[in-house]
Amino acid sequence: MTSIFSPGGIAAGGVVGDVPVWAQLVDLFVAICFVLALKGLSGPKTARNGNMLGAAGALIAVVTLFFAHPGMKNLPLILGAMAIGIVVGYPAARRVQMTAMPQLVALFNGVGGGAAALVSVIEFLDAGMTESKGVLAATVFTVIVGSVSFTGSILTFLKLQEAITTRPILIPGGQYLTSLVGAAALVFAVWLVVTPAIWILVVLLVLSALLGLLLVMPVGGADVPIIISLLNAFTGLSVAASGYVLGNVLLIVAGTLVGASGTLLTKEMAKAMGRPLTNTMFGAFKAQTASAGTGGGEDRPVKSAGPEDVAIMLGYANKVIIVPGYGLAVAQAQHQIRELVDLLNERGIEVDYAIHPVAGRMPGHMNVLLAEANVPYEQLKEMDEINPEFSSTDVVMVVGANDVVNPAAKSDPSAPIYGMPILDVADAEQVVFLKRSMRPGFAGIENEILFDPKTTMLFGDAKESLTKVVTAVKAM
Amino acid sequence: MDSGVALLTIFILSIFVGFEVVSKVSTVLHTPLMSGANAIHGIVLVGAILVTGNADTTLPLVLGLIAIVLATINLVGGFAVTDRMLEMFKPKKAPKADSQEASK
Repeated sequence: MTSIFSPGGIAAGGVVGDVPVWAQLVDLFVAICFVLALKGLSGPKTARNGNMLGAAGALIAVVTLFFAHPGMKNLPLILGAMAIGIVVGYPAARRVQMTAMPQLVALFNGVGGGAAALVSVIEFLDAGMTESKGVLAATVFTVIVGSVSFTGSILTFLKLQEAITTRPILIPGGQYLTSLVGAAALVFAVWLVVTPAIWILVVLLVLSALLGLLLVMPVGGADVPIIISLLNAFTGLSVAASGYVLGNVLLIVAGTLVGASGTLLTKEMAKAMGRPLTNTMFGAFKAQTASAGTGGGEDRPVKSAGPEDVAIMLGYANKVIIVPGYGLAVAQAQHQIRELVDLLNERGIEVDYAIHPVAGRMPGHMNVLLAEANVPYEQLKEMDEINPEFSSTDVVMVVGANDVVNPAAKSDPSAPIYGMPILDVADAEQVVFLKRSMRPGFAGIENEILFDPKTTMLFGDAKESLTKVVTAVKAM
Repeated sequence: MDSGVALLTIFILSIFVGFEVVSKVSTVLHTPLMSGANAIHGIVLVGAILVTGNADTTLPLVLGLIAIVLATINLVGGFAVTDRMLEMFKPKKAPKADSQEASK
């Protein structure tokens, strides 16, 4: 007889209950593929094959499904829906600009969470009243976490797309409202497990969707990557729980793998940014962020120069460090920067790239962009490796980066990025900033280093500026 | 073993495997790894197909088809975008390889 732990599954006349043994073995094989895929993705040489292996595993699992369940209903509609998914998902992934990649990942993650929540809802509609308490608990878990992931990811997508403000959205008493909605969701969750009813499920869905929005709203720009990673882990866990609801081992294994590895990854990212996870989620960037440093701005004197001046500074230096940032990526200037570095190398100048862990919008984002421009892997130096070298460097050229070199992270406890490790560019002899304007970075705070006497600004689009600098260096 | 307890066992063991496989990842690969993991949870497509294949009435059918569309986007798009990130790491012929060597 069923215990409280009895897994779900569409037993009577359904399609899940009677899975042939060979299909179960195929699922085991696919689960191994996923483990090896994650393992492969953790190393630079094996990453691509790892991803391929994961994709192959997923394909095998889906194809097997149709052969293992010959009595499946609605087959043409199912295939049609899959075709729509492919037509939407594949071109989006292929055509997206590499700079817009983080928000696409957020979006993919969100729809995955939504799918997991829907799966549990449907299974509840089908057999909810007769399921064991264990399955009902897994159902409410999937519904809550899947919905939070869905709305949270969509909001993250909108923030990264800059369709809405990247600053924290703070509503009065927001924290209390969030706690209240969270507590209410918990109450309805328990209620649903005790006395299953469809209306409670609907209320739970609405509350969870609201909770996802409330949780992500106060998250400031720089913390967004961490949130994507966290929501990714959430979706993994909700997929695992939906696997329990359906009695499907593959979903449990795959979902849990993602949940566990995603949690670890999130912790690593938070560490790289020097921000405890709880701060990211609840402290967020406080309201004074917006007003901090607005007394400064455009009217304070800065030293600006032309491309020729910058070319001379660079051309007669012995050691140059380049700090690439999101601005470089937006301007698609990675090829120009490489050309410049090659020219400097030919003049016998030592050049390295200093890569902040969260340069760009996500950890590793900048590495991907520079790899696209054939920048050799060895020239990319990570923060811990490069920081001691700034003091012996003649010129640091910061291209479209701001927050990752902002000394406020060290000196000003009230700054929202306080505690984030930064690149110590101020230790160098001279600093050149290539920026479009004096506008603050993604975190929305002023950078004192822009006003430092040793800093020179070269205003303009990174690509145009670099092209001019390259021409000027060639002419020397 | 109670089949529910068996699934619970699988769940717990998978947590350990999940922690273990990514324990030594370098920062450089954080983004592709997150994206790859993101694609893997698109396997919820299997669940979406199963519940839709069992749907008799309109509501579960419609919800199921939506779930299939969403899960397919997650799965296919996820692997495709991860591959695009990673194809940039593959060694290409660098025309100025000599100057790079000299810089080291």
